[in-house]
Amino acid sequence: MIKHLRSAADLDAETATLILDTAGEMAALAGREVKKLPTLRGRTVVNLFYEDSTRTRISFEAAAKRLSADVINFSAKGSSVSKGESLKDTALTLQAMGADAVVIRHPASGAPHRLASWVDGSVINAGDGTHEHPTQALLDAYTMRSRLGKIDGLKVAIVGDVLHSRVARSNVLLLTTLGAEITLVGPPTLIPVDIAAALSPQTKVSYDLDSVLPDMDVVMMLRVQTERMQDSYFPSAREYSRRYGLDAPRMRRLPEHAIVMHPGPMNRGMEIAPEVADSSRSTIVEQVANGVSARMAVLYLLLGGKA
Amino acid sequence: MRSYLLKGVSLLGQPAQDLVVRDGVIAEGGKADETIDAEGLVALPGLVDLHTHLREPGREDAETVETGSRAAALGGYTAVFAMANTSPVADTAGVVEQVWRLGREAGLVDVQPIGAVTVGLAGKQLAELGAMATSAANVRIFSDDGNCVADPRLMRRALEYVKAFDGIIAQHAEEPRLTEGAQMHEGEVSTRLGRTGWPAVAEEAIIARDVLLAEHVGSRLHVCHVSTAGSVEVLRQAKARGVRVTAEVTPHHLLLTDELAASYDPVYKVNPPLRTAADVQALRQALIDGVIDIVATDHAPHAVQDKECEWAYARPGMVGLETALPVVLSVLGEQWKLIAERMSRTPARIAGLSGHGTDLSAGSPASLTLVDPSARRVVDPSGLASLSRNTPYAGTTLPGRIVATFLRGEPTVLDGKAVK
Amino acid sequence: MAQPRADTETPSKIILTSSDLHRVVDRIAHQILEKTSGATGTVLLGIPTRGVPLARRLAARIHAFEGIDIPVGALDITLYRDDLRLHATRALGRTEIPADGLDGRRVILVDDVLFSGRTVRAALDALSDVGRPSSVQLAVLVDRGHRELPIRADYVGKNIPTALSEKVRVSLAEIDDGIDEVKLFGGAR
Repeated sequence: MIKHLRSAADLDAETATLILDTAGEMAALAGREVKKLPTLRGRTVVNLFYEDSTRTRISFEAAAKRLSADVINFSAKGSSVSKGESLKDTALTLQAMGADAVVIRHPASGAPHRLASWVDGSVINAGDGTHEHPTQALLDAYTMRSRLGKIDGLKVAIVGDVLHSRVARSNVLLLTTLGAEITLVGPPTLIPVDIAAALSPQTKVSYDLDSVLPDMDVVMMLRVQTERMQDSYFPSAREYSRRYGLDAPRMRRLPEHAIVMHPGPMNRGMEIAPEVADSSRSTIVEQVANGVSARMAVLYLLLGGKA
Repeated sequence: MRSYLLKGVSLLGQPAQDLVVRDGVIAEGGKADETIDAEGLVALPGLVDLHTHLREPGREDAETVETGSRAAALGGYTAVFAMANTSPVADTAGVVEQVWRLGREAGLVDVQPIGAVTVGLAGKQLAELGAMATSAANVRIFSDDGNCVADPRLMRRALEYVKAFDGIIAQHAEEPRLTEGAQMHEGEVSTRLGRTGWPAVAEEAIIARDVLLAEHVGSRLHVCHVSTAGSVEVLRQAKARGVRVTAEVTPHHLLLTDELAASYDPVYKVNPPLRTAADVQALRQALIDGVIDIVATDHAPHAVQDKECEWAYARPGMVGLETALPVVLSVLGEQWKLIAERMSRTPARIAGLSGHGTDLSAGSPASLTLVDPSARRVVDPSGLASLSRNTPYAGTTLPGRIVATFLRGEPTVLDGKAVK
Repeated sequence: MAQPRADTETPSKIILTSSDLHRVVDRIAHQILEKTSGATGTVLLGIPTRGVPLARRLAARIHAFEGIDIPVGALDITLYRDDLRLHATRALGRTEIPADGLDGRRVILVDDVLFSGRTVRAALDALSDVGRPSSVQLAVLVDRGHRELPIRADYVGKNIPTALSEKVRVSLAEIDDGIDEVKLFGGAR
């Protein structure tokens, strides 16, 4: 088993499938009256969050607690971290506290890789800058597999601000590993340079959402921050929404079975129309529930054996 | 002053001969107080670095004029030009004279201060360039290095103004609006790592603009640390038109590529960033062709805490004085005349520095360095004389060992060790 | 999921042949019927990996003898083990609880080999998180001794005195390439 989950590139197809299978077992257990499992009793999981992300933090916290791990939440606000303590010194502190795993959310791309060189425990990337968010990709893959029965051969469009999206990068890597065909869609300003060469040669790029939709099994809408307008990535929210937003008429271009995903939090009316977000094709609420199962699977597989 | 007989030394790769260093100059021959067995060693004119960060005043924890001078001497240098981005900034006669005096006190290399172009490197108002030129430091090169003189009108004025005292503006070519938040070369690797890219065009656009400005006002322009194939093309065309432009490349841009950023180790973070293998090839060819005139180290020492952190928060820069010649040797091979041209003669000529980069003939100043080209050395950061350890070559085996360096007849390095 | 096995040691002894194994399963099925007065209100829960096909075989034999269907499920105990930190991470097995649940029923746990008793201990913990059976019994194909906990089986196919250095290996046709047998490996020579 791998020691860290820093990038979706850490996962080969076999390991990724094992995590998804394990997540399936975890999800089955989630239906029981007693949800707590004794598995990680005596193990310590630190949530080290340098960015506010209540959703991700509580998802990891719920996952760790259901496995009976001791959870320490270490958020940058009001701690020594905000007083300028270096990541390395924080790492040494966590090490001294006996952290078996550190779940890190950090605004700097690559921070989990740096952290892993300073601690003995496992490092789990809960989102680093505009780099990666591998557990989000796992829960997305799990959601696709449970809705559509497979991942191999699925056609997946990832739509929006790919340039700044850690979700997109991790999804491209993981889904390609699992055999899906990815098309990235967005305005050219928000598609990073050399994306296919950088992530996987099979990845396609399109600037025209309408032409892509009829072929897709999955459409994943990415959050678009309106601040991007100030940086001239696109002229206005209205124009963005008109060209790249998923509204009801566009949704009707999708095949009957296709699903609509969004990692949240959504900008309703911007990248996704409310009637699409609330439709039966939308997996947005499932994704949240699956997040806990996927993170339980990762914690179990990283911490549930001999260190 | 002791005299030295360099027995069996090869001048720039020529057949072995004896060379006598006496009273600060190369002597016709005769007896010497001490004999150095120089069999198999190559003598080069002392190297001249137009781009060094000595960090004093302000960051004496990263480097001082003295420690940087020692590192330079050990690297075969006899003159280094200290960049102006200290704290306080070297934008007044007072600061440049202080640096110059510290260099004289250290006495290991000639430390020539570079003056800031604008007050506080802020890019708003010209610094007192004339006062720095007429100070004891005799400043001739001006640069806001670290920052680009981005305002085209200000750049034009600076180019014009320094003509009065035959000054030269050394431009850090980086269009700041195109590199906001930039962390590394914009390309495949930056996309994979999710880091904001530093596009090649941000450098090329400024060089293109500045050669046109220099042409327009008939001034000299020097381009710092050229890093892209596109910049080479802009320079090639400008030179063909007769624009008075010179350019430098760093050893690391001749050897390393942006793939190293995937290690996440900020020791590879540098500005301008490491580029692609194609850029490296173009820079090597340009150095051979002379489109790029010189090698300059951009020696940029940083304290441990400024590198042992997240990539995004790390300061850009690498130490380079002690590894420059070995890196160039590994890139160019034993082309001693070319190496002397690119690392000593031309930089001295650009800077108007007499007494350096001269022929090693009788009567010339005895500022020279002896290299053992057959030696191989594994770079050990803890063995560096620089106060900082941020070398990208840790554990790398490089050819060539600097055995001795003389500054005007005085040894600064003997047997590979600094004399003081 | 079948565990890949590297049979590098020479088998010292076959404990149960295919026909022995079938006879033993038949006997346990009869004993269950007898001891539970016709197996009413009974659920068989196999412990993965080899307890699951064993439980199915027992249910099939009970159906053959008496014509009754008793619910069969699987209870994976991996997440309840007390020795997780001693081994590389284990893949999880399936847990399948019969639709009507376990509350108020007699649950018979089924496993292939009873050894230290720690698996059964974990199974009892797992069981209490799933429901509240009226009673819990244990059926095993082989009891090899060396208990480390106060646990005993209600139904034992065969008692095999072993040395600690020996290994008991159960093969079941459903997952072991069609082979039914029990072998004893290793030990002092």
